[in-house]
Amino acid sequence: MKTTDSSGDVRLSGIGKTYGSFTAVHPLDLTVPQGSFFALLGASGCGKTTTLRMIAGLEEPTSGTVFLGDQEVTHLPPYKRPVNTVFQSYALFPHLDIFENVAFGLRRRGIKSVKKQVEDMLELVQLGEQARKKPHQLSGGQQQRVAVARALINHPKVLLLDEPLGALDLKLRRQMQLELKRIQTEVGITFIHVTHDQEEAMTMADTVAVMNAGRVEQLGSPTDLYENPNTTFVANFLGTSNLIEAEVDTKSGDDIVLKAGGGKLVLPESRCSAPTTTGGKVLVGVRPEKISLTHADDAGEISEGRNRITGKIADSSFIGVSTQYVIDSPVCPEFEVYAQNIDRDARLVPGAEVVLHWNPAHTFGLDAAQDIDAGVAEVEEDAA
Amino acid sequence: MAAVTEAPPLAPVPEKKPPRKRGRWTPYLLLLPGLLWLIVFFALPMIYQASTSVQTGSLEEGYKVTWHFATYWDALSEYWPQFLRSILYAGAATILCLLLGYPLAYLIAFRAGRWRNLIMILVIAPFFTSFLIRTLAWKTILADSGPVVGALNSLHILDLTNALGWTSGDRVLATPLAVVCGLTYNFLPFMILPLYTSLERIDGRLHEAAGDLYAKPFTTFRKVTFPLSMPGVVSGTLLTFIPAAGDYVNAELLGSTDTRMIGNVIQTQFLRILDYPTAAALSFILMAAILLMVTLYIRRAGTEDLV
Amino acid sequence: MPFVNWLKRHLVVIAGLITLGYLLLPNVVVTVFSFNKPKGRFNYEWQQFSTDAWKDPCGVADMCGSLSISLQIAFWATVGATVLGTMIAFALVRYRFRARGSVNSLIFLPMAMPEVVMAASLLTLFLNLGAQLGFWTILIAHIMFCLSFVVVAVKARVMSMDPRLEQAAQDLYAGPVQTFLRVTLPIAAPGIAAGALLSFALSFDDFIITNFNAGSTVTFPMFVWGSAQRGTPVQINVIGTAMFLVAVLLVLSSMIISNRRNRQKA
Repeated sequence: MKTTDSSGDVRLSGIGKTYGSFTAVHPLDLTVPQGSFFALLGASGCGKTTTLRMIAGLEEPTSGTVFLGDQEVTHLPPYKRPVNTVFQSYALFPHLDIFENVAFGLRRRGIKSVKKQVEDMLELVQLGEQARKKPHQLSGGQQQRVAVARALINHPKVLLLDEPLGALDLKLRRQMQLELKRIQTEVGITFIHVTHDQEEAMTMADTVAVMNAGRVEQLGSPTDLYENPNTTFVANFLGTSNLIEAEVDTKSGDDIVLKAGGGKLVLPESRCSAPTTTGGKVLVGVRPEKISLTHADDAGEISEGRNRITGKIADSSFIGVSTQYVIDSPVCPEFEVYAQNIDRDARLVPGAEVVLHWNPAHTFGLDAAQDIDAGVAEVEEDAA
Repeated sequence: MAAVTEAPPLAPVPEKKPPRKRGRWTPYLLLLPGLLWLIVFFALPMIYQASTSVQTGSLEEGYKVTWHFATYWDALSEYWPQFLRSILYAGAATILCLLLGYPLAYLIAFRAGRWRNLIMILVIAPFFTSFLIRTLAWKTILADSGPVVGALNSLHILDLTNALGWTSGDRVLATPLAVVCGLTYNFLPFMILPLYTSLERIDGRLHEAAGDLYAKPFTTFRKVTFPLSMPGVVSGTLLTFIPAAGDYVNAELLGSTDTRMIGNVIQTQFLRILDYPTAAALSFILMAAILLMVTLYIRRAGTEDLV
Repeated sequence: MPFVNWLKRHLVVIAGLITLGYLLLPNVVVTVFSFNKPKGRFNYEWQQFSTDAWKDPCGVADMCGSLSISLQIAFWATVGATVLGTMIAFALVRYRFRARGSVNSLIFLPMAMPEVVMAASLLTLFLNLGAQLGFWTILIAHIMFCLSFVVVAVKARVMSMDPRLEQAAQDLYAGPVQTFLRVTLPIAAPGIAAGALLSFALSFDDFIITNFNAGSTVTFPMFVWGSAQRGTPVQINVIGTAMFLVAVLLVLSSMIISNRRNRQKA
């Protein structure tokens, strides 16, 4: 349902926010095209919610401008912006019933006959029966749908969602992700979604901006971000990455040959976001599921041209669809490998000597002048 | 996260339209009328009173500030027994309120079940009958020929209280016991309500957890429930002790000339004898004494932000 | 020893109920003695059953007049203290400003001050200003000591209110005034009502401060005080009992109504 109409574009140019000496958001430029499902992803305190609130008008930017289509709204109060928000933990009015909650925005704009519209909207979110209940009488998922209905009924140019699924349990969250995606396709409004859950962002959004410490680290489609991370933060925050410190040895054609430990690794130059001079350092990354595991006895069977590393299995955990191994290797003490449980090799148990190998096309290269563990802590904290 | 280097300081961005300072004066406008009221009718009177206490003169010729601090000395040396009595009676009433009020607050918070609201109403409802009427009812309850005195007499409890000086003769009325009993009765709800509020916040599962960790019921109370209810104990004792120390109604209605408290003295000096400097000095000493005790108590008990 | 065990388990309940009895005993006495027909001027000893006082509650000179003055003062004191106190509470919760600490102590102090001290100092002020003691001085005093209690009640409620509710209202096209009227005020209403109710009760029942600053005006508590010296008419008990019953009935019926409403909706 994408259109060329740009009246629903959100353009942020140079907007930033500081509180005293603390910079919540560094001046950033961002354009969200009309009709897209855009996600701001990051750990708590990264500035994603502040960015959203500046678009909503709930926070005044310290610098920069906010445009909705051609209209500058930087200093408009929230009640004069054609933008609506689904708040974290919903902020449903406890003293009003569901019908009145949904009708609130229409009534404030002086629309007299709201009955039909509200009923239609409640049907859209499958809550027609609940119109006369109070918010506290609904389940979490139902409250979430009321919050969406209350915002959508105003036909905003942009719908802002601030951690809308944070309060739901895992199963319901998956269900609501699909539900929100369906509603977005149906109404065709621009959605800007703030979340700390990388799976949620990847499932729902067509463009994801990963934020860290008040800056956008990388922006792109979920596949792009996952396959070609540009920073260690993105590589570690989105999924898991194995990062190896390596030294540039030679260049051959489109490939760079690197030295790591005793061995050599090949990296396509196009997949390296760091400058490569001979003798310079580069972080080499590979995702755990791209790697194959072969017992050292069968090392001869591995085809030529694959990147390979030797090591010893330190730990393995069986989780149904796959087995996750932690490999202790000279180049990286905790190398993670996810192997599909198709044909399991009984020799692959802790203590076994193994060879890890993968297609060089799956290797990516990062600037070595970064914290190799950036973005790791957040993931653990989130899982806890 | 060494990768994230600090950004250079932001250059001030010239604004076409400066952001509105939303409601900069609003808080002051909201505060102004109420605070003015408190300043004029609460704080200013304190200053007037302080000044009156160091004046000399007479009603006919008028009073002048002469910094006559001797008034304080005279007032203290003449009325120290009433001061002492006020503190003793109020202290006794506070302890009794705590002993009586805690079980009821505990009952409402943890054991009342569906009776909770009803008991709550019964605790609050007496407020709606003027406290003077209810205090007068104690005259009937404690009457010399009434059942309470009769029962205490036949159980020989009166002999004991007589020996302690709490009662005299075969009477309860017009004795310290009656005054303390009246004070306890009047300020008991002020103990129960804060106790209940802090007990109610305690997660019932803590009791189970303590029990699970080998604490007997009384140990659970001593080590878990009571410490957690400390904020309620602190505000309850303050809300009981302060008004009790300044009260003169119970001493007047249920006591005798031997049970006069400092409130009675201030009232008489002010409204009957019209010796304003002495009355102001007494009132000032009472205020200072109570503020001092409250500050020390709060500092020891360590509960801040009572408002 | 099943009885000892039972006693042990229910010790708290028994002690609590004894306290409750202690709290309610005077009310029982007041009620019973409202049907008394005393011999002398004082109604302290039971003589014989009579409904005379209930049939003629205003039969005592000046009593109903004092009741009416008390009700008027309580009403206006409630209005004044609730408005001023609610404003202060909102300022304290919603805004950062200088001198917060001093403001907080100025609000806390009247609650931590013995009534007799406030009463005496206020009288000093009025005497110095040469003010005419009466209805207005009582009203001023009552607003002063009720104010702090309203602030505390409203503050607690506003503090527990999710600030996102007001942001949501603004996001849904409600301007500042609409947001206040449609969202903030209705949600803060229970706190404001609690503060108002407390003010009414405190003002109506106040004796000490009133006694100092009333001049020749007689409120209901002052009438009762005077009658303790001159002779207590049975009608005092009638008024006391009636107020108790009305309060209990009002609370009970409002509870039943809200219970039923919740059940219907659930």
